[in-house]
Amino acid sequence: MVKLPIYLDSNATTPMDPRVFEAMKPYFLECYGNAASKNHAFGWQAEEAVDYAREQVASLVGASEKEIIFTSGATESNNLAIKGVFEMYAAKGNHIITVSTEHKAVLDTCKHLEKLGAEVTYLSVGDDGLISASEVEAAIKPNTILVSVMYANNELGVIQPIREIGEVCKKKGVLFHSDATQAVGKIPVDVLADHLDLMSFTAHKMYGPKGIGALYVRRKNPRVKVTAQMDGGGHERGMRSGTLNVTGIVGFGKACEIAKAEMEADAQRLGAMRDRLENDLLTLEESYVNGSREHRLPHTCNISFKYVEGEGLMMGVKDIAVSSGSACTSASLEPSYVLKSLGLDDELAHSSLRFGLNKFTSDEEIDYTINLVKTAVNKLRDMSPLWEMFKEGIDLKSIEWSEH
Amino acid sequence: MAYSEKVIDHYSNPRNIGTLDKSKNTVGTGLVGAPECGDVMRLQIEVNEETGIIQDAKFKTFGCGSAIASSSLATEWLKGKSVDEALAIDNMDIVEELALPPVKIHCSVLAEDAIRAAINDYRTKNGLEPIESEKTHH
Repeated sequence: MVKLPIYLDSNATTPMDPRVFEAMKPYFLECYGNAASKNHAFGWQAEEAVDYAREQVASLVGASEKEIIFTSGATESNNLAIKGVFEMYAAKGNHIITVSTEHKAVLDTCKHLEKLGAEVTYLSVGDDGLISASEVEAAIKPNTILVSVMYANNELGVIQPIREIGEVCKKKGVLFHSDATQAVGKIPVDVLADHLDLMSFTAHKMYGPKGIGALYVRRKNPRVKVTAQMDGGGHERGMRSGTLNVTGIVGFGKACEIAKAEMEADAQRLGAMRDRLENDLLTLEESYVNGSREHRLPHTCNISFKYVEGEGLMMGVKDIAVSSGSACTSASLEPSYVLKSLGLDDELAHSSLRFGLNKFTSDEEIDYTINLVKTAVNKLRDMSPLWEMFKEGIDLKSIEWSEH
Repeated sequence: MAYSEKVIDHYSNPRNIGTLDKSKNTVGTGLVGAPECGDVMRLQIEVNEETGIIQDAKFKTFGCGSAIASSSLATEWLKGKSVDEALAIDNMDIVEELALPPVKIHCSVLAEDAIRAAINDYRTKNGLEPIESEKTHH
């Protein structure tokens, strides 16, 4: 018997790997030293643990340990990277290039900088959710200081052509940052091969604890610097002050070590499981996958079930924890901006569910999910006036709707 | 967000889902909302020619649980009422009955709009003036 509810919202956060928890345990009660205390054994022990974890984290992404700045999470990393570059390289220019489907931590940071004099280009994506390196190249101007493109999208799972964009940035001498929150620990990421200068990522999307993340800051070819956004004791090479979260860092390190060893096998297994879920759900009439199916994280799937409203659907599948692009709960009634960026009708955006599998997801859970979603979609379509019209061959666009 | 038990009940066991023959003069149809807003309600009434009583009511709704529950409840309330009595149904009655949170009040407004639209469709079909809404919600 499957244990309910089933967690399939792993793009929001992942459950913690028990091995990570075990590694963290001693650092709650026994090894409580401050890693910045240089004069006693408590401090040394903490510092040693941090150094070891820093190597584990660096190793997962092909960086050197001196290039890892620990932060509170990817939101802080994104803020530090973008604001930090904007301030540090002000003399060089004020133009930033990013993408319309980025996470709010990037978009709102850019909007903030626009008020401070930044010029920001928001590239639009194709109907597959992707941009191309040539579009980035065409947007680069003499005053461009930074390109920021997410590695994989949180709502769709689509993977941007990071390596190609990295090559363009390198050729043009523009710094390249990627919000790799969804990608690191799930697919191979190599900061050197991808020509990344800055990269944000976090522990809790890869079976680690919440509240700990990292910013990779390149030290060679070129040596990149960011202006600190918090003043204080000058921790983390002066780029991020604040007592280190030793417990979290130890957990992050362990999560990275496990990911490095196991993510390839996990990805294969989850990819097959996701495909089974997706293909089965696609047997429902008028269901569509949102975003590129080819360039995509193996554990993520975003599907629209036309003529069914997402929030109503979530209520029908309350035994599974998923997300919907419908924003019916918000006062604005605006559906997901990411789905709208694909050029989707609002109606399709309202009808979407995002499934995020994780390495603890079982085949039985997928079977249960398939069955539950199909039943709910069919039930809701039976009570949907739009479905009835569709079945009668009425073009919904021909109807004059009363805007509510 | 937690739904009230009554919303869950109407969502799980919706009353009066279906379609009435809209070509009949005794049937009034109201279609309100818009797909891009994530809510569309179709509410239909069938009026008994002799008694003037609403003898049947059906709905179909594309929307969240609260929208489905609001329209399901509306059909329950409509049955057995005269057209004039039906016009007196206020969206706040629905809010109260279903314990809708503030963010879902628009679902009840939509249900009230659907009732009025169905009644006006019936009136127009039978040579009567449509009734102007006395109140504005927005």
